Amino acid sequence: MSDLRELYQQVILDHNKNPRNFGKLEGANRVQEGHNPLCGDHLHVYLYLSDDQIIEDIRFEGSGCAISKASASLMSSTLKGKSADHAHEIFNRFHALITAGEDETVDLEKMGKLAVFSGVRDFPTRVKCATLAWHTMKAALEEGDTTITTE
Amino acid sequence: MPASQPALTPTPEQPPAPLDVELLRQDFPILRQPVRGKSLAYLDNAATTQKPQAVIDALARYYSEENANIHRGVHFLSQQATFAYERARGRVSLFLNAAESSEIIFVKGATEGINLVAQTHGRQSIGAGDEIIVSHLEHHSNIVPWQQLCEERGAVLKVAPIDDKGEFLFDDYERLLSSRTRLVAVAHASNALGTVVPVERIIDLAHARGIPVLVDGAQGAPHLPVDVRAMNCDFYVFSGHKLFGPTGIGVLYGKREHLEAMPPYQGGGSMIQSVTFEKTTFAELPNKFEAGTPHIAGAIGLEAAIDYVNNLGMERIAAYEADLLHYAHQTLAQIEGLRLVGTAAKKVGVISFVMKDVHAHDIGTILDTEGVAVRSGHHCAQPLMRRYGLAATVRASLAFYNTREEVDALGAALHKVSEVFN
Repeated sequence: MSDLRELYQQVILDHNKNPRNFGKLEGANRVQEGHNPLCGDHLHVYLYLSDDQIIEDIRFEGSGCAISKASASLMSSTLKGKSADHAHEIFNRFHALITAGEDETVDLEKMGKLAVFSGVRDFPTRVKCATLAWHTMKAALEEGDTTITTE
Repeated sequence: MPASQPALTPTPEQPPAPLDVELLRQDFPILRQPVRGKSLAYLDNAATTQKPQAVIDALARYYSEENANIHRGVHFLSQQATFAYERARGRVSLFLNAAESSEIIFVKGATEGINLVAQTHGRQSIGAGDEIIVSHLEHHSNIVPWQQLCEERGAVLKVAPIDDKGEFLFDDYERLLSSRTRLVAVAHASNALGTVVPVERIIDLAHARGIPVLVDGAQGAPHLPVDVRAMNCDFYVFSGHKLFGPTGIGVLYGKREHLEAMPPYQGGGSMIQSVTFEKTTFAELPNKFEAGTPHIAGAIGLEAAIDYVNNLGMERIAAYEADLLHYAHQTLAQIEGLRLVGTAAKKVGVISFVMKDVHAHDIGTILDTEGVAVRSGHHCAQPLMRRYGLAATVRASLAFYNTREEVDALGAALHKVSEVFN
């Protein structure tokens, strides 16, 4: 049960039940679709990126498991107002956090609220759930027009 | 003999004794190991089944004592290996009640069996504007090969619908049968819903119009007695690994008249009679369809698996699993917010379900931490999932070595899901 509580922390359950920034963003200038066909997780990430590369607004909509929904929700609240460069940096840190090996230490302090996802690394099959929204956001920043998958 | 016992009256046949599951579980070494610190409840048998020691031993014995290539060496070991491989074919033939063992083709699995038929019989008999019928509950392996063939030939794939319970709809099926229908391909049992498909009637209706029928027995052969002659199917395929045998071995049964008429599937060694650079003549059945060195050990392992289930008795297995399925349905009915997907009157031990406000993958992970192994996802049946408006379900699937205690463990773990997500 301890592993389980580590994975399904209260913050994750809360964001799953009440996702923040959920729904289409009218006036978005970047839209990207993310889809993991094997598990059915499916979402759209909408960005409004200003001329000076600031994420002025970010929203998402879609359906998926608690991990993928909470991840998208926390991502959106973390990245709002950040620069594209900063978003890339946070992406890298988040990725390192959930794919870290047993003997690697991760500075959770630096992760802020995203630290609640540290339990995911004990469940390798769920890494793709936690990263789908992030890869989709990254692709939106880089303005590709393909559907993103983490499977 | 006591006078009260009339000697000349035949004794009524005793009903077969029920399976001693606690005892037979000892035959499956993997079931003894704990998973994540809990006792394992392996409920993913529709994906693959565990192997009894007899199968593991048969593989080890083959490689330790009999290994050689078949059908070519004059030396002792080659003869041994050939004998064992062909004996395995004979055992499969009896298991399916085929007319003769040359109607049994060894393939990699059910998927390859279907592809073989599509690429040979299908290519030969299907042209532009022709139609192939599958049902709505098929596994991707009984959809995609036909779709590819239709695309290549300009033919049309028609889908026989099911109702909300997962039952095959005969009226709609009959309406689909037309003068352009060239083949019907249908599952014996659904891997995602558990529905036992009334294949006999499907076959009768098709045969009345001269249309051959392929039955995908991947979920049928491991759980139901199969008699291909009584069923009167034209083709039947199944996978060894879902029948407690090794991976990488499976069976295509075909009526001789069809197999004779079909061109070879792949070219190579073993499938020829003679080769010159100008022309090759092909071998007789079954070798015509077995190019290259086959999975000899796999066939021998499959034989051991068939011996194992025959020894238990397919009727007894089916009866035990039906009882356990009933118990599982009752257990799951106690879980608040749980909805079964697939409630056909006749099912194999497949229980697909969803829970209100909890995604199938979260359920799968929580069950895993409790030692309960299930599958969550679309079960390679996306068109079926779409019909129910679902992206994924959780699927618990039973085999004869599962117990009521394991079903209870599933129930308890599902209560834990509700607890976490309340």
